[in-house]
Amino acid sequence: MKEESWLYTISSKKKLIDFNFKEVWQYRDLLLLFVKRDVITVYKQTVLGPLWFVIQPLFTTVIFTLVFNTIANIDTGGIPPFLFNLAGVVSWNYFKECLTGTADTFKKNQAIFGKVYFPRVIMPLSVVLSNLIKFGIQLGLFVVFYLYFVYQGSLVRPNIYAIYFPVIILVMGLLGLGTGMIISSMVTKYRDLSFLLTFGVQLLMYISLVTLPYSLFKDNGFAWAVDYNPMAYVIEFSRYLLLGEGTTSVFGVVYTLVFTVVVFLLGILIFNKTEKSFIDTI
Amino acid sequence: MQKDIILKVENISKQYRLGTIGTGTISHDMNRWWHKIRGKEDPYLKIGETNDRSTTGNSEYAWAIKDISFEVERGEVLGIIGKNGAGKSTLLKILSKVTGPTTGEIKTKGRIASLLEVGTGFHPEMTGKENIFLNGAILGMTKAEINAKLEEIIDFSGCQRYIDTPVKRYSSGMKVRLAFAVAAFLEPDILIVDEVLAVGDAEFQKKAIGKMQEISKGDGRTVLFVSHNMATIKSLTSKCILLQNGYVKRIGDTASIVEEYTTIGEGELSTFKVKRENKKKGLQIKNVSFINSNNKDCKSLVSGQEIKVKIEVENYDKEVYKKCSIGIGVFNLDNSMLTAFKSDSINKYYDISHGVSFFYCELNKIPFTAGIYNYNINITSFAEVYDSIKEAGNIIVESGDFYNSGKLPAASHQIILVNQKWR
Repeated sequence: MKEESWLYTISSKKKLIDFNFKEVWQYRDLLLLFVKRDVITVYKQTVLGPLWFVIQPLFTTVIFTLVFNTIANIDTGGIPPFLFNLAGVVSWNYFKECLTGTADTFKKNQAIFGKVYFPRVIMPLSVVLSNLIKFGIQLGLFVVFYLYFVYQGSLVRPNIYAIYFPVIILVMGLLGLGTGMIISSMVTKYRDLSFLLTFGVQLLMYISLVTLPYSLFKDNGFAWAVDYNPMAYVIEFSRYLLLGEGTTSVFGVVYTLVFTVVVFLLGILIFNKTEKSFIDTI
Repeated sequence: MQKDIILKVENISKQYRLGTIGTGTISHDMNRWWHKIRGKEDPYLKIGETNDRSTTGNSEYAWAIKDISFEVERGEVLGIIGKNGAGKSTLLKILSKVTGPTTGEIKTKGRIASLLEVGTGFHPEMTGKENIFLNGAILGMTKAEINAKLEEIIDFSGCQRYIDTPVKRYSSGMKVRLAFAVAAFLEPDILIVDEVLAVGDAEFQKKAIGKMQEISKGDGRTVLFVSHNMATIKSLTSKCILLQNGYVKRIGDTASIVEEYTTIGEGELSTFKVKRENKKKGLQIKNVSFINSNNKDCKSLVSGQEIKVKIEVENYDKEVYKKCSIGIGVFNLDNSMLTAFKSDSINKYYDISHGVSFFYCELNKIPFTAGIYNYNINITSFAEVYDSIKEAGNIIVESGDFYNSGKLPAASHQIILVNQKWR
C-alpha cells in the first residue's frame, strides 16, 4: 500500500518551532478585515471620529510639555520641548499600543478562539498593522508641527539617516508584538500579569526617554535602567533621525536589533505553544 | 476496492482538570516540568478517570474523551450521537482545531470547517454586510469566495433591508439569521454540523434544517453530523458513532446505533423509581420497563417507536386475585393527564395467582412528541384498588418520525400524535 499523503495532522505532540507561514498567508483576507475592523470601529459614534487619532497624542504632548518642561523646567537641549515630546510620544505610542493590544490577545478573544480555528497569530498581527495605520496618521501630525517649527526658525534639521526610519518602525512593531505575545501567553495561566502590565508600561515609559532626556539619568545611578532598555535606544534614535539631536552608539544599534529579534522569536515560540491548549486553561 | 479515507482519528484523548485552576498550578507545572526533563511521563496523565458527571471521582483530572478512533471515507455522512457530556463537543472542538488533544493524532486530507457556532466575531458597530465578510473570513473563506456568494447569503438571511445597518441595531433573531446564512455557504472538504445551532423562529429553523440536509446530502460532501434528534440522524446518515462517557460505545450502521442510543440513559430519570416497603402481602407492582422490538430494555423512547411495557407483579398471598385490570396513566410534567392505557378498556382482565407474573402492554407507536412524561400505574378489580403508584417513573421520549413523512412533529404544537388520513 502506498504511503498516504495527508493534508495536515492534528497531534498531541508539539514541535518546538511550528510556525506555518503558508497558513497565515491563506488567511490574509481575514488579517486585512481585522485591521479594517479595528480602524473603523474605534471611534464610531463619536462626534470627532478619526480626529481622535491626532487629538490623543496632541493632548498628551501638551500635558507633558506643561508638566515636565514648563513647570519642572527640564531642559531638552536645542529642540523645542513640544517637538521633543511629540516625537517621543508618537513613537512610544506605537510601541505601547502594539504591546498592550497584543498582551491580552487570548483573554480578549477567548470567545471567538473557543469556537473557530484560524491561525491565532492573525490577531496580534492585525493589532500591529492597525496601529501602524494609526501611527502613520500621527506621524503626519508630527510632520505638520515639524514644518511649523522650521518655519518659525527653530534649529531642527532632519538627518540624512532619516531614511532608516522605517527600520525603527519595524523594530518597534516587532518588539511590541514579541513582548505582547509572551505576556498574552502567560496571562492565560497567571492572570496577575495583566494587572502588572499597566504599571510596567508606565514605568517603562519613564526610562525610555519619552519625556525625560538622557542627561537627567546620567549622574543619579539610574543610567543602567536606560542603558539596558532597548526602547530607550529606539526613542532616542527616532529623535535623532527626525530632529538631528540625541545620542547614538553602535552598541545601541546592535543591542537593540539583537534584543528585538530574540524577543520576537521567543514570542512566536511561546505563542505557538500556548495557542494549542490555552482554551482549557483560560 | 481501496477505501478513500479522508479523515483518520487515532486514539484521541482529552484530559481536563476539574475545579478551579488556582493554587497548586505552579507546583503542578513544576512537577510536570521536572518529570519532563528527566524524560519521564507526565505524572498527571495517569490518574484521570472516566468522565461520568454524576459520580464523584477521586482525582482532579478527568478524561473528557478517551481513546477515540474512527475513520471517515470521502463523501460519507457520519452521525455522532451521545447523551449530554458524552464528549461530542470536545471531539468536535479537537476536530476543528480549537483545542489540542492530550494524546493521539488526527490525520486529514481535506480542510475541515465547522458549522459549530454561528455569529462568532460579529462586531456590533459594523454593518451587516461588513460582518458577513468578517465572519466569513473567520470561518475560513476568502474575500473572493464571499463576494461570489454575497447575494445568496443576504438572500438566505432575509435581512436585505438592514444589510447596511450596524449589527447592534439588529434583533437577536436577525443576528442569528445572518450568522447562520454565512456559515451555511461554507464549502470545505469536511464539514462539521452541529444541529443545536438551528435556532431562530420556527420558520427559520425549518429553513436552517433544510439547508443542513441539503448540505449533507448534496454533491458527495463529507459531513460529520451531530444531533440529538434521532429522526434527523436516521434520515441523513448511514453510519454512526455512539459516544458514552467519553468512550466510543459503538460504531455501526445508523439504525442499530440509534436503537442502542435509546437504551443508555441517565440515573436520575428512571422508568421505575419506586422503592416499595416490603409489606409482603397482597398484590404489588414490582417493576415497569420498556422493551423495544429487539427485546432490549429502553431508558428512553422515540416517537412512533414500537414498544412493549413490561409490568412485573408479585402476588404475596395464596389466593388468586381474579378479574384484575392494569392501568397506566400518562401525565405531563405539570401533572395534566394526557392519556391512559387500561386493560379493562379493551375488556382484558387477568387472574393473578401466587408469585411473580409479567404483563405486557403493546403499543404499535409511541404517540407522544419529544419530552419527559410521568406515569401512574395501578391494579384494580372493579371498584377495589389492589395497588396504585403515583408518579411511578419517567417516560423520556425523543423526537421521531411518527408519521413516516420525513418530518418531525414539533413538540411545541402537539403532545399526542394520532395516525390520520387526509383525502
